[in-house]
Amino acid sequence: MFDFAKTWELITELDGVQTALIAAAVLGLLAGILGPLIVMRRMSFAVHGTSELAFTGAAGALLIGVGVEYGALLGAVAAALLLGILGTRDADRDSVIGVILSFGLGMGVLLLSFYKGRSANKFGILTGQIITVDSTNLTSLVISAVAVLAVLACVYRPLLFASVDRNVAVARGVPVKTLTVVFSLLVGVATALSVQIVGSLLVVALMVTPAAAAARVTASPLRATVLSVIFAEVAALGGIILSLAPGKPVSAFVTAISFLIYLVCRVISWARDRRTGVRVTAPAERRPVPVG
Amino acid sequence: MSAALSTVRPAVRVRGAGLAFGSRTLWSGLDLDVEQGEFLAILGPNGSGKSSLLKALLGMQSLSAGSIEIAGGRPGGANRKVGYIPQQRAIDDGLTLRGVDLVGLGLDGHRWGTGVFGMRDRRRRVAEAIEAVGGTAYAKQPIGRLSGGEQQRLRVAQSLVGDPSVLLCDEPLLSLDLAHQRAVSELIDRRRRTADTAVLFVTHEINPVLQFVDRVLYLVNGSFRVGKPDEVMNSETLSELYGTRVEVLRVGGQIHIAGSQSSLCEDQPHHHEQEAVG
Repeated sequence: MFDFAKTWELITELDGVQTALIAAAVLGLLAGILGPLIVMRRMSFAVHGTSELAFTGAAGALLIGVGVEYGALLGAVAAALLLGILGTRDADRDSVIGVILSFGLGMGVLLLSFYKGRSANKFGILTGQIITVDSTNLTSLVISAVAVLAVLACVYRPLLFASVDRNVAVARGVPVKTLTVVFSLLVGVATALSVQIVGSLLVVALMVTPAAAAARVTASPLRATVLSVIFAEVAALGGIILSLAPGKPVSAFVTAISFLIYLVCRVISWARDRRTGVRVTAPAERRPVPVG
Repeated sequence: MSAALSTVRPAVRVRGAGLAFGSRTLWSGLDLDVEQGEFLAILGPNGSGKSSLLKALLGMQSLSAGSIEIAGGRPGGANRKVGYIPQQRAIDDGLTLRGVDLVGLGLDGHRWGTGVFGMRDRRRRVAEAIEAVGGTAYAKQPIGRLSGGEQQRLRVAQSLVGDPSVLLCDEPLLSLDLAHQRAVSELIDRRRRTADTAVLFVTHEINPVLQFVDRVLYLVNGSFRVGKPDEVMNSETLSELYGTRVEVLRVGGQIHIAGSQSSLCEDQPHHHEQEAVG
């Protein structure tokens, strides 16, 4: 089923595979670090919406003949800012995302219908085309990723505070609204970069699934981030390597591995809860701790 | 509590403070000094501006008139010396956060950077703060899986780990059972006795903290009274404040307020359900 010899031959000899692996490793790191914050902030759907707008931007760029990555970046950043600013109230966040997502997707389809070039280019925006990453793209990818991580390192602590404990963070003087905009920007850039590898339809598999899996097995933000990076790397690198011999789309393998890791983590957390007999009762039914 | 004779600056100084939204005045002409180590309960019916006053003290709400000095500085700017305990709220039990992380954010969550440096010192201070509230046994569990009482104990640790000189509490006992109400208010009282921290305690119900309270600020319909519990919590003063006949009864060391209008009923939390005792 899996041809080791052929895969090894393709990794060492096929032009672009090594570049693709480096690109995937960089994205895995980026997605793995951002993921837990995305899950804590309940932004999974926003990430999906952002990636669809990256598709719209990329389709527009393809039509007017500029680099797809610039279109994707423009679309994703615009979407992330819109979702970050319009959707800060919990009550209407989902509907705002739905509204923007569907409109953006529709526009993207319209733009693509005007495009007369190779149809593989069209399909690539949606499902990924890692093998086409060249060394120039790789350089800009690495620079963008380093920039995102540098900004994240500066704002990490107050961002975590604002994400998990908003009211107290506000009371302690954390600029929660500014951080929402900053984080939206970071997610926008990271999404635009991921779109190039796994395609806009499957960004969630890299940005959300690994972090969601990690959250099932640990409640420590630090450990969740480490696990999320490992899971994202395994999915991204493993997906590319497995896809080589069969010659099938990378995204299918990335999402499959990502999903498998998630399932395993769910089973682990379920088994652990059963073993330790964890209380999953409503707060009111819990036994109070003796007063000391 | 004679501010004039004291050489120490009060922990909180409010002068001529007023807050109005459009034509509606919540309160005005508010003068208040809270000394180091003093326990002040802020009482009043819903909509009387208790929470707005707390927001003004935190620097989240600007005053329409007057000034506030807190912990030796302006609200907001001096936030580092101001601890804050919120109401207990339901936390998603899948949230990637443990008790130790919650308390740690109280120490340095407002600071920029990743916080990977000075981890050992941080861990020690967080562990001490958790030990002080008796939360060590469950501090490493997911915060969303703890009971409301356990969460509020950790909230006390979160507010105290940064060593504040003023502690602002926003209904921290709401939705706790009686045993936890007592435990949490005793922890807060112990802090102000041992570290001389001033406590401003917003509550709809004075009885759980009555034995600790030095003075009461009672806000009703734009007017207010400040004084010792006995001076404020009596039929005459409250009748005057509410502008209607109010009967204050003292039963077994507790204060009960009976009014002709149900809106005076202080014993009922209005927005939240009481957690069942048991």
